[in-house]
Amino acid sequence: MIPTVPQSRYALGLYKAYVVAFFIYLAMPLSVVCIFAFNNDVFPSLPWRGFTLDWFFGNEAPFIGVFHERAILRSIGTSAFVALWVTVLAVTVGTCNAFLFVRHEFKGKSFLYMLSLLPLIIPGVILGISILVFFSATANTLEDATGIWFDALRPGLALVILGQFSFITTFATLVISARLQKFDPSLEEAALNLGASNWGAIRQITLPFLLPAIVSSAVVAMLMSFENFNTTLMLVGSDSPLTITMFDKLKQGSTPVLNAVSLLLIIISAALGLISLLFQGKKKA
Amino acid sequence: MKTNASRLSFYLLFAPILLWLVLLIILPHIGLFIVSISEKIGPREYQYGLGNYAEFFGQPLYWRTFARTAIMSILATVLTLVLGFPIAYYIAKMTKGRTKTTLFLMCMIPFWVSELVRTFGWMILLRETGVISNLLQFLGLVDGPVEMLYNDVAIMVGLVYTSILFMVVPLVTTLDSLDDSLIEAGYDLGGNSFSILREIVIPHAKPGIVSGCIVVFMLSLGNYLTPILLGGKDSLWFTGMIYSQFITRFNWELGSAFGFLLLILSSLMVYLGLKLSGQSLSETMGRS
Repeated sequence: MIPTVPQSRYALGLYKAYVVAFFIYLAMPLSVVCIFAFNNDVFPSLPWRGFTLDWFFGNEAPFIGVFHERAILRSIGTSAFVALWVTVLAVTVGTCNAFLFVRHEFKGKSFLYMLSLLPLIIPGVILGISILVFFSATANTLEDATGIWFDALRPGLALVILGQFSFITTFATLVISARLQKFDPSLEEAALNLGASNWGAIRQITLPFLLPAIVSSAVVAMLMSFENFNTTLMLVGSDSPLTITMFDKLKQGSTPVLNAVSLLLIIISAALGLISLLFQGKKKA
Repeated sequence: MKTNASRLSFYLLFAPILLWLVLLIILPHIGLFIVSISEKIGPREYQYGLGNYAEFFGQPLYWRTFARTAIMSILATVLTLVLGFPIAYYIAKMTKGRTKTTLFLMCMIPFWVSELVRTFGWMILLRETGVISNLLQFLGLVDGPVEMLYNDVAIMVGLVYTSILFMVVPLVTTLDSLDDSLIEAGYDLGGNSFSILREIVIPHAKPGIVSGCIVVFMLSLGNYLTPILLGGKDSLWFTGMIYSQFITRFNWELGSAFGFLLLILSSLMVYLGLKLSGQSLSETMGRS
């Protein structure tokens, strides 16, 4: 059925009711998380005991708000640190990959392309344990050979960064390649004819053209890094990113502080998501 | 001189991708396989053998959990497709302009929010002291609190919720490119809604269906949070089992074998999906 083809009112009404029900299903869990961030009770459940902002700003037990909860603040810092590194690495390698796949012809290119898509279809837990096993074995071998400790190869932030980088790079590569494919190479040739150096032409002409894709892939990379759980879980050491800290707290029993954190996360991710969409919209224009 | 420069730039571009793929994807998976065929025979002494795999097949708990995870993931994929298709069709074909953008955005927002937050929301809704239980009591439909968490239905609700957006988004994209006039022509030629769906809409949407199904299946199979939090401690999900072999029991050899089996299963399903639909990985994934 499409609007130009007449349909029975009854069927159309039923269809619309299903669509409404679906959007209620989508909105329900996120709405309750947000609503209970303001409930004046130590458990995120009914009955409603009145509106409070203590879960954000409270500083007396048991109403300790997010902004005074040290463990959570610290883990937000850790997540930001990880996300920054993952984003820089993934976008840099993704840009290089885009140039390689779009500009160069070489033997085994399609095989390499397929390999670089693989991280998308490997479950995150497996990526995590394979990196854990490989780097631990490397650390053991190196330690046996040299007698020096290689802490960076043991579970910890370095491995978390590498683990997230391993699959986020694929997304960056896809987004940036798609944009580079639309680039008209004659613009670059014109710059070269006007006396620009190779690198100068790329910096002045090609990179500005790629910028929207680079920014939107950076935003997506940051979002993916912030919310990644499965890969991180396997590689985490003593400093835990936000998702791991929240998971630990959730297993112990939940307090509305978690709702407050979640509400902040929802706002931030929605904002970042919208920014990335806006940039993609500009790209099409 | 120019060829030298371009060769140099080629190698400079080739180095990062090679480092990334070899150090973080290829070698780790080879390492995982080697550990999975190692058996401990003494302190720091290993020999090669298939003992870990034998243990998997010998222990009903292990292979049953594996089979259960696979079947539940397939069920989640089918449910997601059946529930998501009408939504995608509605967004792509029955709405226009601003309504369309708004509905599409409303689908995207939960997809940007952390999986942990989404699962947490379901826990608040479903648990004994949760919103739905309270609502039912308030309406007088039940006498006491009802526990709706910690069962397979809860896991399924969570799995579908987590992954439905990955089904709806590719479906909307493919359905968007279907020309309305083809559907009109179908009606003019005497087709009914069902035959048009079967003959025109579904064949056109096939690439979207396949890529949606692959992603949803992968996400469900590799999911850890939803089964553990909504299914409780005894939820018996294979990723949970891998986690406990690695982190709790420190039996990396058995854990690696489990991981490898999960990898084989997921690759096999992706391969079958692509074969059945006659598509390639780069066509399906490259577009997303």
